[in-house]
Amino acid sequence: MSELLRRILFLPDAASSLAPRVDRLHFFIIVTTFIVGAGIGLTGLIFLVRYRRGRAEALAPVMTAPAWLEAAFAGVPLAFFLLWGALGFQDYIWARTPPREALDVYVTGKQWMWKFAYPGGPGMVGVLHVPTGTPVRLLLTSRDVIHSFYVPAFRVKMDALPGRYTEIWFEAVRPGRYRVLCAEYCGLDHSRMRAEVVALEPGAFETWRARQRSEPTWASGEGEEESLLGPLAAEGRVVAAKQGCLQCHTLDGTPHIGPTWLGLYGREEPLASGGSVRADVAYLTESMMDPLAKVVAGYAPVMPSFHGRLSAAEVGALIEFIKSLQPERPEPPPVQEPDYGPLPR
Amino acid sequence: MAPSHAEGAPRGPSYLNAEQGLWSWLTTHDHKRIGVMFLAVLLLMFLLGGVFAMALRVELLTPGDTVMGRLAYNRAFTVHGVVMVWLFLIPSIPTSFGNFLLPLMLGARDVAFPRLNLASFYLYVLGATMTLWGVFQGGVDTGWTFYTPYSTATGRDLLPVLVGVFVVGFSTILTGINFITTVHTMRAPGITWMKVPLFVWALYGTSIIQVLATPVLGMVLALVALERVVGAGLFDPGRGGDPLLYQHLFWFYSHPAVYIMILPGMGVISETVCAFSRKQPFSYRVIVWSTVGISFVGFLTWGHHMFVSGQSTFGAGAFSLLSMLVAIFTAMKIFTWLGTLYRGSLWVTTPFTYVLGFIFLLFFGGMSGVAVAVTSADLHWHDTYFVVAHFHFIMVGASLMAFLAALHYWFPKMSGRRYPEGMGIGTAVLIIFGFIATFLPQFLLGNMGMPRRYADYPDAFQPLHVASTAGASLLGFGFLFVAIYLGWSLRHGRAAGRNPWGSEGYEWRSDSPPPEFNFHAPPVFPRPPHDYGRPSAEGEVDHAA
Repeated sequence: MSELLRRILFLPDAASSLAPRVDRLHFFIIVTTFIVGAGIGLTGLIFLVRYRRGRAEALAPVMTAPAWLEAAFAGVPLAFFLLWGALGFQDYIWARTPPREALDVYVTGKQWMWKFAYPGGPGMVGVLHVPTGTPVRLLLTSRDVIHSFYVPAFRVKMDALPGRYTEIWFEAVRPGRYRVLCAEYCGLDHSRMRAEVVALEPGAFETWRARQRSEPTWASGEGEEESLLGPLAAEGRVVAAKQGCLQCHTLDGTPHIGPTWLGLYGREEPLASGGSVRADVAYLTESMMDPLAKVVAGYAPVMPSFHGRLSAAEVGALIEFIKSLQPERPEPPPVQEPDYGPLPR
Repeated sequence: MAPSHAEGAPRGPSYLNAEQGLWSWLTTHDHKRIGVMFLAVLLLMFLLGGVFAMALRVELLTPGDTVMGRLAYNRAFTVHGVVMVWLFLIPSIPTSFGNFLLPLMLGARDVAFPRLNLASFYLYVLGATMTLWGVFQGGVDTGWTFYTPYSTATGRDLLPVLVGVFVVGFSTILTGINFITTVHTMRAPGITWMKVPLFVWALYGTSIIQVLATPVLGMVLALVALERVVGAGLFDPGRGGDPLLYQHLFWFYSHPAVYIMILPGMGVISETVCAFSRKQPFSYRVIVWSTVGISFVGFLTWGHHMFVSGQSTFGAGAFSLLSMLVAIFTAMKIFTWLGTLYRGSLWVTTPFTYVLGFIFLLFFGGMSGVAVAVTSADLHWHDTYFVVAHFHFIMVGASLMAFLAALHYWFPKMSGRRYPEGMGIGTAVLIIFGFIATFLPQFLLGNMGMPRRYADYPDAFQPLHVASTAGASLLGFGFLFVAIYLGWSLRHGRAAGRNPWGSEGYEWRSDSPPPEFNFHAPPVFPRPPHDYGRPSAEGEVDHAA
């Protein structure tokens, strides 16, 4: 019965311990709504047929609702609403109170990707591995704007806010791959900020984690990265973060709203207006002050001018920082891009 | 009794030709002319918002880029939301039909502050112009909610939009103050509080919300502006600010604003359901007290927009409970309207078709609202298309149907002409079915897990998006038909006579279109409004003198 309703209502597979609870209440509310809604529709139709006036206006009787009926208009729906509210709140408390033994995972949202890290490692981008049958507590935060971590198959959603941690937990009941979406609008690539939960049998999960810890494919090496930079370049990194440069320019080679800064310095860039330009100090400075003068081909002319917003020292620091970003430095591994075809049933 | 068309020629010129020329309109203090000017501008706004809605639906036909890129999509849904919410729905019924009818329904010559009324119109035009200019020149991509910290961090120039919406807010406040004062001080002798027409009660409840809530919107917009201009840091955790503070302040206004959008519509339905079933309301006092209830309890439910924001568990439970309470008032109204139909003498007209559509769609809109106010269910539905479908059921399925009901019901009152009734009914049916075809698939998309504000989506969501876009095109044709036949009727419709619907509403006691000062002599209304129970005293206006 509930499987049938799930399919009629287009709900995804119920793959967490929370999902059947949410669905049960969902079915209760929806079925009640449709019964009463059909009742209202039918009543309206019957009235329309029975009481439709002919050519001449019939005199309708004078009547007002008796007090008990007025009370029923308020009381009957109220009883249902409160019952639903109470049942839902129980499940909500349950969903927001992680069990003590839960496995912790730190989740960081940033424009436009999800990072996952286990205490003691490893850390991953875009793929969250969890063991089935084990409660997993997510501690979420954001590096920039508000994001929302959403796994439809788990019926779980929680915002990731800059400057604070929020938490939610779930327990995957079946091995499988489940879609993660960002549910809070976060800018240009909001709709592409996707990731994946891979639920493994506990044994397989342990094997996976042990292997990852011995040979990390992605170390959170920001500390050592920092130390490779000279003092001016390090300051440039601070300026880039403060001025919002990094919202459009990545440091890891992926093109975003603007070209990546990785390996930009000294590169020959094709221009939208035809021809090309070498990205030297002069071009980089010009692009900060008059960004629309020479736009790199393939990018929208959306960059605002920083004329008057950057001091000379800051411009210098930024350029040093861009210079320091050369690809011979160890590149992060390619993000495992999940495949979003229809998931196998 | 058939509606009477034989009431003789109106005595003297109507408000439409009491003075001539564009200047006489632009400088008028006549609430009726101001209402008509508001209506004209509002319809333009609706057209603009509607064009962008269609653009969004076309883009969503396929995953990936269909006709525009992600940036263009984000800007387009911002335009759609900003125009529809701030510039159309919030001012819609009160400023147009409210302005036109409130004094007529109270037997007054005008509103309490006619000059302020005109100021309110120009503030609206100024604010709307600034907002539109800001949205387009700045390429604003924040959505209509301007959530921080995205809105404080985005590189787009947001300031003109913030100022524009702020100014529109003042227009709303002034209209609210004007209406409250008018209802308190300008009622004709004999119109005691429990004899005030139900549409006036709805406008009164709306005005209270406008006056109490809109200043909070002004404050929060000013804070965002402060953050952007001088870097105040209020919403920036890096400087000790709190990004969630914005959401609390914003929804403290914007949830009551939902009732600003729907209460006047409910008032329209309360009037028309009586007029076309020839019965007095099944319970006048239930409608009145539920209106007042919504106005006050509506202020206590804002936290239900924040169940997954990290708000405390207890807070979520409290807001869920309060949201259940506010839903009751809508349920009471629905049952009362149904009771009014019971054993009535139902006259199927265009406004009445919209009334039936309204009741049916409001029920589903309201119940889906209750559903998302259930805390656990909201974990799944929050910020998905389920929510999109829910609030479109309220704002389009209910508010806009009420707007169309009002437009057709009072069209003869405002213009003195009739429109082709058969055409009207057919179009109403098309619009109602087009609406359902557009938004029912969106509920299912939400169930599947499709989040809001997505330019691109996984392939599995496509069939339902295609269905929704197909429905939207029906809806678009429906609106086009309405524009065509009403536009035609303005010039070529046959004369309406004073009271083509045979309505007992006080506003129909003056000529259609009414004379400049509404009544030829101070009117007296010996009977309560909506008094359909006995043979009508059709025809004569009761004058004191």
